[in-house]
Amino acid sequence: MKKQRSSFSIRKATESRLFFPLIAFALVLVIDLILVPNFFRIEIRNGNLYGSLIDILRNGSTVALLAIGMTLVIATGGIDLSVGAVMAIAASVAALMMNPWVVGKELTVELQRLVMDPTYTYSPFWLVILVTLFVATMCGLWNGVLVAYVRIQAMVATLILMIAGRGIAQLITNGVRIQIFYEPYAYIGQGWIVLPFALYLVAFIYALTWLFTRRTAIGMFIESVGINPRSSFFSGISERKIKLLAYTFCGFCAGVAGLVASANIKTSDANNIGLALELDAILAVVIGGTSMAGGRFSLLASIIGAMVMQAVNTSMYAIGVPAFALQAIKGVVVILVILLYSEQVRGFFQNIAASRKEI
Amino acid sequence: MSEANHYILTMEGISKAFPGVQALENVDFTLRRGEIHCLVGENGAGKSTLIKVLTGVDHPDAGRITLDSQEIHTKSPQHAQTLGISTVYQEINLCPNLSVAENILLGREPQRLGSIDWAKMNAEAAGVLQRLLGVDIDVTKPLGAYTVAIQQMVAIARALDIASAKILILDEPTSSLDANETQQLFKVMRKLREDGVGIIFITHFIGQVYEISDRITVLRNGKLVGTFDTASLSRFELIAKMIGRSLAEFDEMTKIKLESSKHIESEAILEAKGLGRAGAISPLDLELHAGEVVGLAGLLGSGRTETASILFGSDKPDTGSIEFNGKTVKDYTPLGSIKRGVALCPEDRKMEGIVDDLTVRENIVLAIQANKGWFKHLSLQEQYDIADKYIEMLKIATPSPDQQVKNLSGGNQQKVILARWLATNPQVLILDEPTRGIDVGTKAEIQKLVLSLAEEGKACVFISSELEEVLRTCHRIAVLREREKVAEFSGEVDEHIIMQAIAGSES
Repeated sequence: MKKQRSSFSIRKATESRLFFPLIAFALVLVIDLILVPNFFRIEIRNGNLYGSLIDILRNGSTVALLAIGMTLVIATGGIDLSVGAVMAIAASVAALMMNPWVVGKELTVELQRLVMDPTYTYSPFWLVILVTLFVATMCGLWNGVLVAYVRIQAMVATLILMIAGRGIAQLITNGVRIQIFYEPYAYIGQGWIVLPFALYLVAFIYALTWLFTRRTAIGMFIESVGINPRSSFFSGISERKIKLLAYTFCGFCAGVAGLVASANIKTSDANNIGLALELDAILAVVIGGTSMAGGRFSLLASIIGAMVMQAVNTSMYAIGVPAFALQAIKGVVVILVILLYSEQVRGFFQNIAASRKEI
Repeated sequence: MSEANHYILTMEGISKAFPGVQALENVDFTLRRGEIHCLVGENGAGKSTLIKVLTGVDHPDAGRITLDSQEIHTKSPQHAQTLGISTVYQEINLCPNLSVAENILLGREPQRLGSIDWAKMNAEAAGVLQRLLGVDIDVTKPLGAYTVAIQQMVAIARALDIASAKILILDEPTSSLDANETQQLFKVMRKLREDGVGIIFITHFIGQVYEISDRITVLRNGKLVGTFDTASLSRFELIAKMIGRSLAEFDEMTKIKLESSKHIESEAILEAKGLGRAGAISPLDLELHAGEVVGLAGLLGSGRTETASILFGSDKPDTGSIEFNGKTVKDYTPLGSIKRGVALCPEDRKMEGIVDDLTVRENIVLAIQANKGWFKHLSLQEQYDIADKYIEMLKIATPSPDQQVKNLSGGNQQKVILARWLATNPQVLILDEPTRGIDVGTKAEIQKLVLSLAEEGKACVFISSELEEVLRTCHRIAVLREREKVAEFSGEVDEHIIMQAIAGSES
């Protein structure tokens, strides 16, 4: 009798879930180690840490936030293409609330001085955050209603907001790019407490989502609906409510990502904020090992997936790949990473190993 | 002719392990030219794995396979097919939204001027069905429009028609066929036997084993018990070999049933009045009492599953009402039923029962957690307690509660679903074909369980295609025919009277 493979257990499963994303992350970093001198150097300035690695974490935080929400949506067997556009809407709402004057006619000199004051905001800071996240959450709810109740295919349903969202973001600011001078807001994207502030935000949202899915029955229901909606229905699980929840939460996460992105560039740029980031977020989830068909998910693996995406970006810049070639090379890297996961490729290697044994 | 030449196929020393399970251990199997060879055993005995190894779905850890005196290594079912090994699986692997003709000739469509010659294709498909199975249906209709039985026939026709099969494997083809259709299939099998094809036939119906087979190979727990000539092995011996214990308990059933019928209460828990749904089931009345097992008997497509579905609320009725403990039911949803205390084990285990990537533990707690809602979370410890309790009670064979349910055998998956519903502590338990595709030993276990649940004061509805099983298990039997309730019997009923009710007036 052959040696039995060890039995399945939860701990081992999570370990193996993180295993491949971490390998992929390490792989990218090893390439950097060889090609880019000083890539791993970390400096300490004013007690804060700086360096290429920190940059990866900081710039990856937006995609990581999106990936958290996207993980839940993909786990139900869906997809959300609108998160980039929702980021733009969130940015426009926040900027408008802090600085509504710019949208009207030209400003008096007095008003101009006022809005450029880094301590000035029209609406109080807490209200800006609250309303922005509320609007983003409503965008998610809209997607959820279309998918779960109107029964439009997820890709088509969220495509609507993906296209319309940027228009809506423009409408909110009347087509103006509003500059943000208010310092506390900018801190969301640019602040630093030893590590970049945005990272703490990612950690917080991750912890919140983890508690929300794993300390309630919601995580299991999401997986159950993603794997077999019919069985879930017969077991009394409301597939519609679960899907509605996932899309709504995804909208919320996109809102937080929108805050970070706009705070980072200190402007509401409806055309460019979150542009094509939905694809990075989806790839991050895929690299994190969640099946596009739905089912088992791991939030942490998706976050690592987001960092892999960002590490690829940062490395390309560091190596000196011209900006126009970036997307193409990113595509190649993503294909290589995805190949690592593919059943076919794994099966192929197993077959080779097996046939060697036979010979 | 030497002995070896008789054998079209020999499998020697086959072993195969899955995570946590030794599915096959040093199993030998031989198949002669022109014989029907039954492969029997309990769930998890290793029948399916042996077939998967032969057809290249799984690769054996050890052993050799010889076809026509040449050693073969099947790489995939396609590869097996080119070698002359065709298979019809228990679960139908066809495309329900394509036409019957397309399904039969998929990948081999007749062409003319670079496009599909539809007229020729339909004629060919109809010809194949007529010639091989004697079935005459409209081959241009989508496969999904036909009953499971017809779909099964189409699957067989496809397997037979592809290449010239030397070996035909039928993996429980009769589990969804009625008596008439089964006879049609047997006719085809006998014809193929005369043509020299070796047929491996997997079934749970012992009667069919004796009706059709030449030899029997018995597996138990992944090991070979032996290969026997059908003529020289009595039924009793066969069943004893399969389950490794005596069958005295089968006769116990009648005693248990009589004993338990004393506990039936006069007040109905659930009362359906004129309950019906257009296109599914004509309005019917049905009462369920605590302590009673009510059987729904009838042919395939007679409306048994539809009745179960409406009683449970997974389909909404358009007429009539249900009174539960005297109150009219308003919430016709599965969740509403779970809250009331009504449970349904659905017929289609794979599509409507298990959630295959989740663990045994998660599958068991799913319904009870759905009842509690999103936020009243069962702690991991509570989940393990529940899972362990039912794994022990139902003797679910799994290495651990954290095993993914897809790695379990069919019978054990069925038990997991049963556990899911028992965990909700229902007052009414509806079981739609709970013993379908399950071995003799587990069948008896489940039948006994149903009676003991009734004795605890639950009302059970028991649906089965096997009349004998319904007779043995149920206190009262409702007969359905053509989506209509035609009769109801209680007490000691003669099998023939019920058969007449099922068949209708002409017989």
